[in-house]
Amino acid sequence: MSADHPIYEVFRQERRGRPFEHAGSVAAPDAEFAEAWAREQYGRRGESVALWLVPRDAIRTVDEWADEFGLKYRRVDGYSIKERLKEARERASARAG
Amino acid sequence: MAAAEIPHDEQALLAYVQAGGQVEATDRLPEDYRSKLIKFIEMHGNSELMGVLPEREWIQRAPTLQRKLALTAKVQDEVGHAQLIYRVVEDLGKPREQCLADLVNGKAKFHNVFHYPTRTWGDVGVIAWLVDAAAIISQKALLKCSYAPYARIMKKICWEESFHILHGRDVVLALVTGTPEQFELVQEAVNRWWGPLMQFHGTPIPKEDDPMFHWRIKSQGNEEARQQFLEGYVPQVLELGLELPDPKLRRNENGVWEYSEPDWDELKHVVTGHGPCTEERLAFRRRFLEQETWVRDIVLAT
Repeated sequence: MSADHPIYEVFRQERRGRPFEHAGSVAAPDAEFAEAWAREQYGRRGESVALWLVPRDAIRTVDEWADEFGLKYRRVDGYSIKERLKEARERASARAG
Repeated sequence: MAAAEIPHDEQALLAYVQAGGQVEATDRLPEDYRSKLIKFIEMHGNSELMGVLPEREWIQRAPTLQRKLALTAKVQDEVGHAQLIYRVVEDLGKPREQCLADLVNGKAKFHNVFHYPTRTWGDVGVIAWLVDAAAIISQKALLKCSYAPYARIMKKICWEESFHILHGRDVVLALVTGTPEQFELVQEAVNRWWGPLMQFHGTPIPKEDDPMFHWRIKSQGNEEARQQFLEGYVPQVLELGLELPDPKLRRNENGVWEYSEPDWDELKHVVTGHGPCTEERLAFRRRFLEQETWVRDIVLAT
């Protein structure tokens, strides 16, 4: 309702067993108002089976990932086998020839 | 895997969004980007809120109970969209109260089509069908908006708009399969709305010159959107035996729609607050904003 009110992030679940996905947010003086508005804005057409309302302040965001050692050997993009494969095939055919 | 770093530098962020990157409410945004987002999204919110007024006038006069309920639900949806959208604007730094004040004081814009009168039930059908169809083309393109919180609420908005279009098409079909007078109601409404509909997506400026495309707030150019509208809906209108009031309208050999130059002066005149219903509808909003102050006061005092 007002910019001074706490903000609740709204996550909605479309069907039982599906993940809760971030849908939007509501600003409300308290959790009860937040629930009333979230029900109205994200559930009134039966588009959600459940909602999670989370105070924005309660969310701890983790988005910085240290990769000092370039640990690429643990991932598929850490391997470029094209050149080596080509050479291996050439050697194999030379041996066979 | 390392998350993509959101660049803080303006040029780097520009390159990031132009490459298809999206940002969140908590990211640091350059001022130019933030102010363009507010301008664009606020106008969208205003349009949803003002867009219910042409239809609201017909709730009491809807021909059947079923239509009355459907129209009420549509109006409720559009107001709901305004609530979602103003919340996004608020996160960007402009409070909702300020948006509403600017709207009722005539300082903010809303879409051209909501400045015109709804003369008959035929207009209600044509608005719900074709105006919403034109709008959903723009809104679907916003699913790729560089500002992710806006893109996410667009999912829900598009889902609801699909019902509105079908509802409008059903109203139109009921009329064109009725009496000759009913058919005529639709034809007259189409004649009235065709001009504003052709202006709806804006002048055909190259998208590279569009500041909203520059920041990838929009993902398509104006003409691209209009072509998509014509391609999708002209055949649907014509197959009902209705005529479109533009003798130059045709699809050329390359699949491009040609048409008479829309009246861009009218568009400019109307969106700057000089439409036939602008004053009346803003006065209506102003009246209700004042009348409901006590509700906001109570909630604010909570």
